[in-house]
Amino acid sequence: MYVLRRLLALVGVLIVSSFLVFSAMYAAPGSPENFLVQGRTVTPEVLAAIREQYSLDDPFFVRFWNWLTNVLQGDFGQSLTNRQEVGDLLANRLPTTLSLVALSALIIVILGIGLGIIAGVRDGIVDKIVLLGSTVGFAVPTFFAALLLMSVFSVGLGWFPVFGSGTGFLDRLWHLTLPALALALPSAAVVARITRTAIREERDSEHSVMAIARGVPARIVLRRHVIRNSMLPVSTIVGVHIAGLIAGSFVVEYAFTLDGLGTLLVTAVQRKDFAVVQAIAIILVAGFGIINLLVDLLYAAIDPRVGTRHAS
Amino acid sequence: MKRFVKRMGPLGMVAVGIVLVVVLGAVLAPVIAPYDPTVGSVTQRYLGPSAEHLLGTDQAGRDIFSRLLWGARSSLVGPLIVVVVTAVFGTVLALTSVWFGGLVDSFISRILDLLFAFPNLLLAMLAIVVFGSGLSTAALALAVAYIPYTARVIRSTALRERNLPYIRSPQLQGIAGPVITVRHLLPNVAPLIITGATINFGFAMIELAALSFLGLGVQPPQADWGLMVSNGQQSLQKGYPAESLLAGLCIVITVAALGYVGEKLGGRAAAGRKA
Amino acid sequence: MLDIRSLSLSIAGDHGALEILRNVSLTVGRGEAVGLVGESGSGKSMTLRSILRTEPRNATVTGSVTLEGVDLLTLAGEPLRMLRAHEVSMIAQNPHAVLNPVLPIGRYLAEGMHDAQGLSLKAARLRAGELLEQVGIDEVDRVLAAYPHQLSGGMLQRVVIAGAIAGKPKLMLADEPTTALDVTTQAEVMAILDDCRRELGMALLFVTHDLDLAAAVCDRINVMKDGEIVETGVPDQLRDHPAHPYTRELMESRPAGILWSPDATPAPTIAKGHDDFSY
Repeated sequence: MYVLRRLLALVGVLIVSSFLVFSAMYAAPGSPENFLVQGRTVTPEVLAAIREQYSLDDPFFVRFWNWLTNVLQGDFGQSLTNRQEVGDLLANRLPTTLSLVALSALIIVILGIGLGIIAGVRDGIVDKIVLLGSTVGFAVPTFFAALLLMSVFSVGLGWFPVFGSGTGFLDRLWHLTLPALALALPSAAVVARITRTAIREERDSEHSVMAIARGVPARIVLRRHVIRNSMLPVSTIVGVHIAGLIAGSFVVEYAFTLDGLGTLLVTAVQRKDFAVVQAIAIILVAGFGIINLLVDLLYAAIDPRVGTRHAS
Repeated sequence: MKRFVKRMGPLGMVAVGIVLVVVLGAVLAPVIAPYDPTVGSVTQRYLGPSAEHLLGTDQAGRDIFSRLLWGARSSLVGPLIVVVVTAVFGTVLALTSVWFGGLVDSFISRILDLLFAFPNLLLAMLAIVVFGSGLSTAALALAVAYIPYTARVIRSTALRERNLPYIRSPQLQGIAGPVITVRHLLPNVAPLIITGATINFGFAMIELAALSFLGLGVQPPQADWGLMVSNGQQSLQKGYPAESLLAGLCIVITVAALGYVGEKLGGRAAAGRKA
Repeated sequence: MLDIRSLSLSIAGDHGALEILRNVSLTVGRGEAVGLVGESGSGKSMTLRSILRTEPRNATVTGSVTLEGVDLLTLAGEPLRMLRAHEVSMIAQNPHAVLNPVLPIGRYLAEGMHDAQGLSLKAARLRAGELLEQVGIDEVDRVLAAYPHQLSGGMLQRVVIAGAIAGKPKLMLADEPTTALDVTTQAEVMAILDDCRRELGMALLFVTHDLDLAAAVCDRINVMKDGEIVETGVPDQLRDHPAHPYTRELMESRPAGILWSPDATPAPTIAKGHDDFSY
């Protein structure tokens, strides 16, 4: 069945990706140990621990196997910079990142699709805003949007906090509002534009026009034929953008100094703490793959033509 | 030429103009920049716009205008590398895949699928962790990340063309594969390649700027727009937004102009993808 | 019954207004089958669209289109919707495009009867089954549950016809309904149309580029070129004494007129349809 095939494909991709991430350290000039240690002064015990963590005394595939099985059990080893359990670090930071991405996704869907539909159906102000906004919107990098929002609403007006992610549900929401907006806006602009275009095309599609010609009330045609059908291409694009939120979140988290996976990743890359980078990379690839899979499945659910052979 | 102007429309020509201005600024930076972008004087910090400093100075006393001009160079060179590498390798892979079909196609497609599994920035960061930060590492890593997108688009178009008579008959006559590919298949996917390159350039610009913003791309004290936005963050919080704002605006204007040009050149597909 | 007078339609374009219809005038009597023949671009489809008022948004229309005394060009809103639902219906060339690909056939028919014509859902469902049988479809339940891409063009066209006759319209507009079908299916579909027409006493305005087909089906034929009607008459008259040079051209360019002989009549029976389901 379609679902099963895609799931298997995802698992396959994840295995190969983790292999790639794992072998990355061997691509570096010099020996793996040097790379992992990066010139930091370490005691012999620590060095031995690192060797064990990466099974550096064993043949290559054994190392990979050991590492993979550890990871699957949740043991990501220890950070190479501060000897903390990577698993713990990740667990602490995951909620913030997840909340951020979820909130942004919501904004993209509601604001993006919503405005796009209005712009597609009516020729008024919203239409002009969407057209202008989308031409400029996609060109605004998330980090710049972050800074702009920060300077206007945090530093300038003081409506929102400047950094940190808050405690408690409402406080968190308040702290994450600006970052989520910054992350979502460029994507929302593109989604709104695409939705607008799709709606306008569906309005002129033969089945929509013929539905009107048969006397079906305009509101029903709009809902059932225009909007519903335009959601097909729109959902694909929205899916792509939501998956892209993963990458964008690093930048926004860094700009707003949130305690999420993104800032952790960036600092780890800056300090060359490979253990942390590896672990986060795997998680992100898995997350990315899962989101893409969900989008594909959603599309298959909406469009009855997917997965079946076409007649004539 | 006249058709080009017509196709662009008035707004399009403005966009083309903007792009040309930026390119010229970058190319002529050594000549027209009034100051050295990396040298600043502590006594000249945070000056407002004036006759000596057209756009004022930053927190290290460096002239912002000069930094913007010099910054244009790295902000443009990086994406250029990305786009060229992507176009070349993406096209080669796609055409090879289409020409030979079968196992070769499957193999190449699997590899591309693998690359698709990584968010672009993540791939760049992995490369940077291993090979060190800097513009070239970032640009090459990003190029590798972009290849599957280009390859996929070219592949699907080339796939359609491959079985058409104008490709089939020279093949049956015994003309060598690479020759047919270059002489007949390539010209027909060329417009796609160009449109793709224009779009990719914009995205690459933003993603490379993001990497510099994170301290992983262009390194200080070099001038680069993304880096300037990052440098200026503290100043912004103190009430001196000039550096960040102006650098960011440069990025937005350039990418928007490019995007508009790309849209006019290639049709609606342009506004769709974002990594 | 239907009286079109001096209908002109133009579309505003980048290079000035494009005239699609020029002073088109034609009539269709009650229960009559009238043909509208011409090549692509002659304006035949646009004439039909003007009757149902589904012409493009930026089109300017002048003239009058009167159906039993009411000028359709002055209608809007609810009266127009009622007209479309009960009085006039249309079938088009490509049934795959007419049917919404993500909705099953049952929904298409229910939409026409429930949303447009106001029947209750239960009544609509019952009627849907009857209608499908009327157009010669055996496996009613399977078809109702199927999606458009699972059925053949001929089958879909029957469905469209079923939907079009549901409200027992006075006038049916047919825009090249068989052009996209192979010859056998063509004959079947035409037979169904003819049958329904006779049973309901429905008038038919039949648009096609195929002169022979029009001659076999219609009582009168209008020949159209470049947005104008150039000649009108009964089929035999057009064949033996074509008055306009264009009509003569059309006559000469057809392959040997198979259908057009005094002895040939289209098969009066409805062939039971065999669909190819490919789940």
